[in-house]
Amino acid sequence: MKYVLFICTPVGGQELSPAEIAADPRFTSYLHEVRGRDVVKGGARLRPAADATTVRVQGDEVLLSDGPFAETKEYIAGIDIIEVADLDEAVALASRHPAALAGGSVEVRPVWE
Amino acid sequence: MSTTNEVEEAVAAAFREEWAQVVATLIRVTGDWDLAEECAQDAFAQALERWRRDGVPRRPGAWLTTTARNRALDVLRREAVGAAKQREAAVSARDEGPYDPDHDGDDSGVADDRLRLIFTCCHPALPVEARVALTLRTLAGLTTPEIAHAFLVPEATMAQRLVRAKRKIRNAGIPYRVPPAHLLPERTTGVLGVLYLLFNEGYTASGGTDLVRAGLCAEAVRLARLLARLMPDEPEVAGLLALLLLHDARRGTRVDAAGDLVTLEDQDRTAWDRAEIDEGAALLEGALRRGRPGPYQIQAAVAACHATAATAADTDWADIAGLYGELQRFVPSAVVRLNRAVAVGMAEGMEAGLALVAELEAEGELAGYHLLPATRADLLRRLGRTREAAEAYERALESVANAAERRFLEKRLAQCRAT
Repeated sequence: MKYVLFICTPVGGQELSPAEIAADPRFTSYLHEVRGRDVVKGGARLRPAADATTVRVQGDEVLLSDGPFAETKEYIAGIDIIEVADLDEAVALASRHPAALAGGSVEVRPVWE
Repeated sequence: MSTTNEVEEAVAAAFREEWAQVVATLIRVTGDWDLAEECAQDAFAQALERWRRDGVPRRPGAWLTTTARNRALDVLRREAVGAAKQREAAVSARDEGPYDPDHDGDDSGVADDRLRLIFTCCHPALPVEARVALTLRTLAGLTTPEIAHAFLVPEATMAQRLVRAKRKIRNAGIPYRVPPAHLLPERTTGVLGVLYLLFNEGYTASGGTDLVRAGLCAEAVRLARLLARLMPDEPEVAGLLALLLLHDARRGTRVDAAGDLVTLEDQDRTAWDRAEIDEGAALLEGALRRGRPGPYQIQAAVAACHATAATAADTDWADIAGLYGELQRFVPSAVVRLNRAVAVGMAEGMEAGLALVAELEAEGELAGYHLLPATRADLLRRLGRTREAAEAYERALESVANAAERRFLEKRLAQCRAT
């Protein structure tokens, strides 16, 4: 079995950069533990919600909205980690995802590197 | 040696003409929006001093761009860390540095930096209010306090809005380019939407001083003019410019000295700006000849019908009703149908208009929109059914927000009650 942990953080909370995370003992002890058990298969720190773009498809129209998805009835059904040149390419890919075509939405969030 | 006045005028003129070009080029070569703005500002400050001493250069734009670019080079040299070193190499490259050779968006065959800047500022992944603010800051060269003032928000709020937008462009990887051909029509519509919004912000008498509002209209016209020059083959771009000019021609007559609304019917047509009307009408004609109509061209055609009618009674309402019918095909909105109801009422008789208003009322989509009962009221008033008109005005007053519109509806209501 593989699981994806979608790490959630309260809106308006502190936004720690990857460097700050690496220097924070709470995180280092957590990382030390999980790495020791070899259970983490990959992960990424994401840029804040303000940098997100949400893609929906209606008919043949691709609709963009700034920010993360607002519909609270939606839940995170999965993640893909992609590497493309820019946001336009990421949006083009997201708009072809079956979830977007089936009336759901895909949030495009930049990985914080 | 040039006189102080001459130099100040030359710098002011260069600011209007060249600011967008200098910033747009600097963003491309440095990839840093803040640095670009800072260096552009610095170049204009230097121009004031140096042009006074050395005279105004033959090509002010080139002088300003080179000066700003050298300044960017200085700053980056001082930073002198790894990433900055790389950018320094890009900036110093003599002919338009290799900032992003793979995505230097010539896919659509257009490669003006200002066009890249327009499309990036109006990218749909940015919040709408940020698109407007960013366009005014980077393309029109308005200061943050000026933009804050125009939109009636605190300066700190506007500054934050601009910072966030620039951060998102950088962090989310919004490309600095003219979109490739398959995205161009959609993105062009987005850019036109931002310019129209900007104009309407200045056009509606909802707040702010007249001077500030007039400034927004003028900037919108200027930016539409620039876009029309950069995209000469897009009839909708010309259509938008025509629409803005035709509206702008009437701007001064829409409100009287007391700040009250004056209806199109009662406006002083001799005070309309003839030159703007002629230019708008000519642009529209040229656009329509291309045979690719769109919502802006159609709305401009409606505006032209009004602007070119010698008196209110001469207005060709049948033509306008037809145009709104056409517009409905592009913009299937209830508001367009409401406009059409007015035109049909004026062309075929008020009862015909009332029937269309009744349809919209039954559908309920415009519930709570004050112009729905206000339109019913106006049609009834014209029929002399003043008691029913007064009832409809009362309903319109329940949902009107704008103070000038409220005063207008109250005046009409009083007139209906008096008869």
